[in-house]
Amino acid sequence: MPSTAPEPYFRSAIMSSATADTPRLDFAGSPINKALSADQKIELFRNMVRIRRFEQTALKYYNGGKIGGFLHLYIGQESVAVGTLSLCGEHDHNITAYRCHGHALMSGMEMNPLMAELFGKATGCSKGKGGSMHFFAPDKNYWGGHGIVAGQTPLGLGLGYGLKYLGKEGCALCYLGDGAVNQGAFHESLNIAALFEIPVVYIIENNGYSMGTSQKRSSAYRGCLAQRAEAYDMDWDVIDGSDLYEVRAKAHIAMERARKEFKPSILEITTYRYYGHSVADANAKKYRSPEEIENYKTHFDPIRLWRKRLVEEGVATDEQLDAIDKEALADAVASVKFAEESPAPTIESIMDDVYWETDNGTPASKLGQHFFTD
Amino acid sequence: MSRTLTYREALREGLDEELARDPNVVIMGEEVAQYNGAYKVTEGLWKKWGDKRIVDTPISEAGFIGMGIGASMLGVRPVMELMFWSFHSVAFDQLVNNAACVRYMSGGLINCPIVMRGPANGGTNVGATHSHIPEGLFAAFPGLKVCAPATPADAKGLIKAAIRDNDPVYFMENTRLYGMTGEVPDPTDGDFVIPLGVADLKREGKDVSIIGHGRSIIHALEAAETLKEKHGIDADVLDLRSIRPLDVEAILKSVMKTNRVVLVDESKGFGGVSAMVSHLIQDKAFDYLDAPIKRVTTMDAPAIYSQHIEDEQLPNPRRIVEKVLTLG
Repeated sequence: MPSTAPEPYFRSAIMSSATADTPRLDFAGSPINKALSADQKIELFRNMVRIRRFEQTALKYYNGGKIGGFLHLYIGQESVAVGTLSLCGEHDHNITAYRCHGHALMSGMEMNPLMAELFGKATGCSKGKGGSMHFFAPDKNYWGGHGIVAGQTPLGLGLGYGLKYLGKEGCALCYLGDGAVNQGAFHESLNIAALFEIPVVYIIENNGYSMGTSQKRSSAYRGCLAQRAEAYDMDWDVIDGSDLYEVRAKAHIAMERARKEFKPSILEITTYRYYGHSVADANAKKYRSPEEIENYKTHFDPIRLWRKRLVEEGVATDEQLDAIDKEALADAVASVKFAEESPAPTIESIMDDVYWETDNGTPASKLGQHFFTD
Repeated sequence: MSRTLTYREALREGLDEELARDPNVVIMGEEVAQYNGAYKVTEGLWKKWGDKRIVDTPISEAGFIGMGIGASMLGVRPVMELMFWSFHSVAFDQLVNNAACVRYMSGGLINCPIVMRGPANGGTNVGATHSHIPEGLFAAFPGLKVCAPATPADAKGLIKAAIRDNDPVYFMENTRLYGMTGEVPDPTDGDFVIPLGVADLKREGKDVSIIGHGRSIIHALEAAETLKEKHGIDADVLDLRSIRPLDVEAILKSVMKTNRVVLVDESKGFGGVSAMVSHLIQDKAFDYLDAPIKRVTTMDAPAIYSQHIEDEQLPNPRRIVEKVLTLG
């Protein structure tokens, strides 16, 4: 574990001390980043803009009344899911909280079933039964999408436990927000993760605010939130989320430690969300200043910085990247068409997907009454 | 052939057989391994199966119950011991949001083949916090299954079915029954599994149906003997065994035969299993009833500590007899 945690640039930005010119460590030369081909680097760009365009499009239709419930946007945080999940192999699994669209897309889910889910349609990834907070794709090692703050943290532990039990060399990435670090379930999970040597990496996506309450007003800590790992004799690190290279370089170390040594870690990735806690957050512009938001967008936007990097490295031209962006937007718009044209779930379908045994019509499902609708 | 086993031994035998049958079955909980189980249900299993299959957890219910649920999503089949079901409250989010809802919210992509088991009873002089009886509570969550065996044979047969079930099964035992003995079929006679959703007529009568589950059945059987000997009343005693799925047919069959019902339930009167059963009976067999449906439930206060009167707060044979006699 680092003896001196590097001051996270983003938090400095919040404190208005860092600027775009603040010197940064360069993680481009780390082995996991050096191994990236030009195409892979461009793919990372594509993955980030796909998340952003998908969500911008979803926002438009949420505001237009086509999408119900909550919509917790990931815009501004794309580099976290993209950087970390770009490191996943066959036996690596991931699980997150309710700000889950980015992880779903980066895990390989298509836009159409995701948008259809937001629209509450039968063609949605959860058949209209989950909504924005509850996307799942077990076939892509993606386990949701969970609505209760920190409720997913023991599940992530269980994924790691399961991998180890089943003899798979992999790790579980369990994401949580900075507001989740004060929940008991998280601390119980940390203790067991360290005690049982579970291959899990807890990733705190620190966007500075647990809903409307800033980190300073919600958490007691010395250096940073990840440092709480010390209490559990667990490794930890702090990562500047605006730098995709840094996210990948440091996450790779933690993931390898989990896979090879069964050692869990906490990574705190500093990031920022441009919109409210959810779109329904009426005070989104009251608990932080417009200047703060603009400062981040201007100087620390992960997509903007990655684009700059790719152009500087000669990996891609702005025109090429614009084309990718356009394509992502077109896909998002097409997903709306798919969602709008899809049928709503039938009333009969309400009673499906409650029990595995009844869904599969097994002998066990024929015995006794399972449902009690009068 | 059958042997006489205690309820605890029968449970252990069921667990042991399932550990042998499926390498993905793992037992986890507080003191289940090296301590041999707080109530000795898992005694000897750690020695036989080792650290991988029998896992001691810290006192951390939300953490380890959630861990089991997460592992079950990947195909591990954890059997989690709650030292007392009363401790469900500190793991409630995991029990009712994650285990019960993840299948539904994923549109059927995920299932959780997990068993949560442990004692769920009052009557042990430990006061209110350790005396909760939550089968009705959990049966109210679609996605969960609940059972509560009354006898050693049922305990063994049902725990094996619960472990093989592909949905979460919450298995409610009773510390007052752990030492009780009964006949259990010999393993050499074949795999003894009792499916969920099948009630068992523990005593056949014609005058009144006494319906319940768990330890209430033991009381009901004793009450039935008193009713027969002293009052000439011949009671059907129907053991639900499984709360959800529920054998509604067996309930109605008994009621239609006797036309009188007393429901016995160690839960409190407001809501719960007996309230649900009562509703089902009046809904589906109203014309067969010759008297109002009566219940014997735990007196409606938090569980009292005092050993002098604790058993009076709970249903007991005397209270059951008295209630049956009010039917006239």
